[in-house]
Amino acid sequence: MNNGNAPLLEMRNIKKDFFGNQVLTDINLTVHEGEVVGLVGENGAGKSTLMRILFGADMIRETGGYGGEVLLNGQKVQFNSPFDAIEAGIGMVHQEFSLIPGFSTTENILLNREPVKKNLVSEVFGDRMNTLNRTMMDERAANAIEMMGVKVDRKMIISDMPVGHKQFTEIARELSKEQLKLLILDEPTAVLTEKEADALLESIRGMAKRGIAIIFITHRLQEIMAVCDKVVVMRDGYVVSEEASSNTSTAIITRQMVGRDVDQPASAASSDAEEKKDAPVILSVKRLWVDMPGETVRDVSLDVREGEILGIGGLAGQGKLGIPNGIMGLYPAGGTVVFEGKEIPLNSPRSCLDASFAFVSEDRRGVGLLLDESLEWNIAFPAMQIQNRFLKNYLGGLVKWRDEKAIKEVTDKYISELAIRCTSSKQKAKELSGGNQQKVCLAKAFALNPRMLFVSEPTRGIDVGAKALVLEALRRFNRENGVTVVIVSSELEELRSSCDRIAIVSGGRVAGVLPASSSVEELGELMLSQVI
Amino acid sequence: MNETKNKEKSWLRNLVESFGLPRLIITAFLLILLILAPFVGADLPTQISNIIARFSWNGILVLAMVPMVHSGCGLNFGLPLGIISGLLGATLSIEFGFTGAMSFVMAIVIATPFALIFGTGYGWLLNKIKGGEMMIATYVGFSSVSLMCMMWLILPYKSPNMVWGLAGKGLRTTISLEGYYSQVLANILRIKIGNLVIPTGTLLFFALLAAAIWAFLHTKTGTAMTAVGSNPVFARAAGINVDRIRLLSVVMSTWLAAIGILVYEQGFGFVQLYMAPFYMALPAVSAILIGGASVNKATIMNVIIGTILFQGIVTMTPTVMNNMIHMDMSEVIRIIASNGMILYALTRKTEGSK
Repeated sequence: MNNGNAPLLEMRNIKKDFFGNQVLTDINLTVHEGEVVGLVGENGAGKSTLMRILFGADMIRETGGYGGEVLLNGQKVQFNSPFDAIEAGIGMVHQEFSLIPGFSTTENILLNREPVKKNLVSEVFGDRMNTLNRTMMDERAANAIEMMGVKVDRKMIISDMPVGHKQFTEIARELSKEQLKLLILDEPTAVLTEKEADALLESIRGMAKRGIAIIFITHRLQEIMAVCDKVVVMRDGYVVSEEASSNTSTAIITRQMVGRDVDQPASAASSDAEEKKDAPVILSVKRLWVDMPGETVRDVSLDVREGEILGIGGLAGQGKLGIPNGIMGLYPAGGTVVFEGKEIPLNSPRSCLDASFAFVSEDRRGVGLLLDESLEWNIAFPAMQIQNRFLKNYLGGLVKWRDEKAIKEVTDKYISELAIRCTSSKQKAKELSGGNQQKVCLAKAFALNPRMLFVSEPTRGIDVGAKALVLEALRRFNRENGVTVVIVSSELEELRSSCDRIAIVSGGRVAGVLPASSSVEELGELMLSQVI
Repeated sequence: MNETKNKEKSWLRNLVESFGLPRLIITAFLLILLILAPFVGADLPTQISNIIARFSWNGILVLAMVPMVHSGCGLNFGLPLGIISGLLGATLSIEFGFTGAMSFVMAIVIATPFALIFGTGYGWLLNKIKGGEMMIATYVGFSSVSLMCMMWLILPYKSPNMVWGLAGKGLRTTISLEGYYSQVLANILRIKIGNLVIPTGTLLFFALLAAAIWAFLHTKTGTAMTAVGSNPVFARAAGINVDRIRLLSVVMSTWLAAIGILVYEQGFGFVQLYMAPFYMALPAVSAILIGGASVNKATIMNVIIGTILFQGIVTMTPTVMNNMIHMDMSEVIRIIASNGMILYALTRKTEGSK
């Protein structure tokens, strides 16, 4: 307001690193009043981090703040907490709902900002004893809902609502803040049905008309094209393009999102992909469904050839993680899985392990590790339990005594082989860094001497150096031991550089299987082909 | 000068870290009581004998906590269920006419199938309500005690040493073990120097069971049990049948409780029925917590240290206080001290990281 023609929001040269790992580099972003800006990028491109900086999230300050400056109406601002950001007129709707299930729509919209009336008790005991002004609350909620241009029952209890209405309630809560000037929507349509999503897009247009600027984050490019004035594409912490949406197309955006150097030399591993073409099929998955929350697999049929590294890629939430988790029996699943001509029963972790499968879970801390136990235990435990190794038998096998010496030996072997940084093999797993924990998970799987290894998000949350080491270890394990490896990862580049073939999962189905040397555009197109 | 001071400091800090500040304070308190005892006129050797004797009675009941803690079922507040198995063993052994050491052996033999059956049912129940084990366990304890209150009256016991004198049926609340297995373990290799008495046999019996548990935890199944307690999802992903391991741990806990109460009785000299099992769970839980165990980690050392500290405070406080104020308030002080310890121990309850 002080500065008539300054944009509403300007972010200049924003930089952010997490402990030396650069995630945002020189980001510039301007948003004008009433403008809808689409922000797209692969998982991990830095969209969420950028929005967290803007919203003053605690996590940014705790990890050492950020570089560059944020200007609001031409004035430099620095938010120390989300409250400051809200005060300044920024609202954010997160991917996860933050609503109180037992409260009504109105109560949720105005939570902690309710208009109040004085009463006798509050005269005596102070403002905290004021009664709620229900009529006014209702009015203000109605206003906010009307601004969206959709119909939501104000009296309905949140827990009875369809997801779409919960999403609208979240947005209405932001709209009910009078000072709101900029609204950030983080993948608001991810959980909505098509019809609900359309309604939401409609309301975005309506809000923009009223002068509210919107930053809209989504993976659905057609939505971006439909509603945004401007599209900003991010990749690996850089803004790679900023275009008016009329000057671009979904195809161009797809390429910008995934492509590094589009004509990068084909992957190192694919040089011998030719000879593996004729290798027999070792694992055949038919009509697999997996009920894994957030990663539902609907109908996947897939053949894995002996000795190859197969990559499974796709956007988050499309079901790629469900495939290994379902085959390994960690989530309810159906369909048939045939390994070397024998059918493997599903929903039974033990039978998979007996068939010499091994699995490195994407959930390191939850599934992958015994955090409170030593590295020795972590690495040797599955092999001990499933294959009776690292045990000494007494009384004719009646007593199976833990063989501490053998356990230490194998642990030390993997510590040096994988360069796990630790004080000793007795150190507790929880004391290691993420990258080293991941190496322990790999060591655990290697120690099983599997014929078939599933690795899920092997590089998630670890730094660049550790990433290279982990991928190298997988490749070496594949080459030297002839183990068939399936890598599931959200990072396309990682798959292209380490796999022989890449299967892309979209909407819980296999959208296509391509050689790793295929271009990023082809893969990217498949990724977005059946998104739901 | 400064350096030596630093050295001392780090030495002290190491001690505090490895032993835990609360345990250091409790140990210091117990030592003060022991030092005070002769000055207020209590006989020190007698007091020490008391502590050792009580340790020997209670040790196995505290040990019974270990398997369930390892498998992640939490602290066994359902201890009374195992104790009831033991009581059934004890009363039936007497009913069948066994005497002397034989009655002790037969009590164990008869208690075992009861412990296995009750433990299986209890374990099955705990597998249905993962996450709320300790709350459910508490009520399993409560309800089993109440049910048995009726059963002790109804069951057709006939032995004149156990039933009510006038009615000729229904068991008495307290049954003397004189002539049966009172002190059978304690008398083995008993050491007596002046007023200092050491019940070597009972201590050896405890040591035997403690060593067995220690050994079990070093086997394949024992390792699986610890892993299940540490991270059940990890264990499942490694092909472990989590429910079966948990069931096994509950059966072990229940059986140890049955043996534990028989050993307690042989030291105490009486079988206590009706509401008595009700009061056995909390002291055992407290002892292992004071010993430094957490809800999913416990060692044999925690059992030994915890039992000595808990029983030491509970026996010493009333004696010393009584002698100081020259008034017989021992029962009141004992209740205050023991419940205070329980309260304190429960606030110390810690869980491992997930």
